[in-house]
Amino acid sequence: MLDVTVNSIEMNTRSSASAEPLLVAANLGKSYGRLAACRDVSFGLYSGEVLAIVGESGSGKSTLLQMLSAQLAPTSGRVSYRMRDGVTRDLATMGEAERRFLFRTDWGFVHQDPAMGLRMAVSAGANVGERLMAVGQNHYGKIRDTATSWLERVEISPERIDDAPRTYSGGMRQRLQIARNLVTEPRLVFMDEPTGGLDVSVQARLLDMMRTLVSELGLSAIVVTHDLAVARLLSHRVMVMQGGRVIETGLTDQVLDDPREPYTQLLVSSILPA
Amino acid sequence: MNAPTYNFAYLDEQTKRMIRRAILKAIAIPGYQVPFASREMPMPYGWGTGGVQVTAAILGPIDKLKVIDQGSDDTTNAISIRKFFEKTAGVAVTTSTGDATVIQTRHRIPEAMLQAHQVLVYQVPIPEPLRFLEPRETETRRMHALAEYGLMHVKLYEDIARFGHIATSYAYPVKVNARYVMDPSPTPKFDNPKMDNCAALQLFGAGREKRIYAIPPYTSVVSLDFEDHPFEPYKHKACCALCNAEDSYLDEIVTDNKGSRMFVCSDTDYCETRQSQGHRGSENAAPYAESANA
Repeated sequence: MLDVTVNSIEMNTRSSASAEPLLVAANLGKSYGRLAACRDVSFGLYSGEVLAIVGESGSGKSTLLQMLSAQLAPTSGRVSYRMRDGVTRDLATMGEAERRFLFRTDWGFVHQDPAMGLRMAVSAGANVGERLMAVGQNHYGKIRDTATSWLERVEISPERIDDAPRTYSGGMRQRLQIARNLVTEPRLVFMDEPTGGLDVSVQARLLDMMRTLVSELGLSAIVVTHDLAVARLLSHRVMVMQGGRVIETGLTDQVLDDPREPYTQLLVSSILPA
Repeated sequence: MNAPTYNFAYLDEQTKRMIRRAILKAIAIPGYQVPFASREMPMPYGWGTGGVQVTAAILGPIDKLKVIDQGSDDTTNAISIRKFFEKTAGVAVTTSTGDATVIQTRHRIPEAMLQAHQVLVYQVPIPEPLRFLEPRETETRRMHALAEYGLMHVKLYEDIARFGHIATSYAYPVKVNARYVMDPSPTPKFDNPKMDNCAALQLFGAGREKRIYAIPPYTSVVSLDFEDHPFEPYKHKACCALCNAEDSYLDEIVTDNKGSRMFVCSDTDYCETRQSQGHRGSENAAPYAESANA
């Protein structure tokens, strides 16, 4: 399952359903006038797989992530997603209501800045419970129980369930954001620099927790990061971007230990020795 | 009679037509906030500019107008608006709920059951129920369009988490006709059940926010709640000190500096009607009792 490369879109035509990718990007591009933020990106993401997108600032990582998560309409190409009912659909042809429903049920989106993904003024319990209420759960006790158990899973003391996230530390906020996203048991999670701005020990704890959750829940994830250590720890596959193009892609250890492109070699050699 | 410089009911006919169009659209889509070109009125925002424009647009020469503020016919706001229409439209006015054909209100729904020939006009300060949870108007409109109302329950959740019960006591969100979530203006939640399946037409005007919305007669209006924390209309545990009513919404009045208080009906017409029928409360005993004390 993991040895797929850029050409994996062609596997679409395979008859076996499990071999079909969860998410397929085909010739995806975004340009702003003459400026091409992202050019000709194609890949397939399989169920249970974690893909890291690495590259320096301005390389088009975040633009790509926004297009993949249907927050930004691509200039060219398309993104298709295999829904829970097994039908693969083009995101562009979906109605807005459907897209938003998908976004808050089957998908998760973890922002770099937790303030963007959380409601800072309402309690942690309500933050976690919001998605449940949005899909029609109407029993306070059950919502609270679910919220409590999720707080425990992300290592936040249930005693703090009624505190607003603005009273939380940066690491706790990020863990709360993850709990809020995972409560509807999504199949695909997008993460934009999930460990950015956290200190090293907090990063390590967060990464460890995310790795556990991803394997426990069988999540697929697309992680945008400029931190190669995050990519190494979390992902199965890596895509290296430069100037809006994917310049190298492959298994994580292969790309990081034996980089082919000069730019990737530069990235890998830029890691500070511990 | 009419001040000669004014058109009937102050507004010019084109403006009234524009407001009537908005009202018709609002009735066609119960609970949906219809934008309209709200006019400057000769009173400050917050005094009922929205309600006055709606009233002006629907008022006819044979109508009988009643205006209440917090249930009362004799507060400044109610008297001013009543006089305004007396002067500019020359319509008959009344304080009796039963006699009125158009009732403009701020904060209360009359206790007496409304009839099919009546119209209740609400003055609304903030029409958007999601405003304090989601400040972006573009986003709340989209949420209404897609019927994404999970956020409304987040507010109720917060209430229970903080106070142990749903502590929202006014402007309690309702779902109209099983579709739009609506803010019933700052009426106490005691009045929410009266909106449901009401015989009268209910119109809501927000002047500053430039929105009109409506509940047509006999429309379902459901207060939002949780299965394990159902909606409960709140009321003081007392009866009216003047008319002894047990079923009306009560105002608490502090009577001295030692913490003494009394509860009286907020609906003055209801209270006076009951008193004229001979009902007496604790503070309003028959005259001979007073002379006995003296």
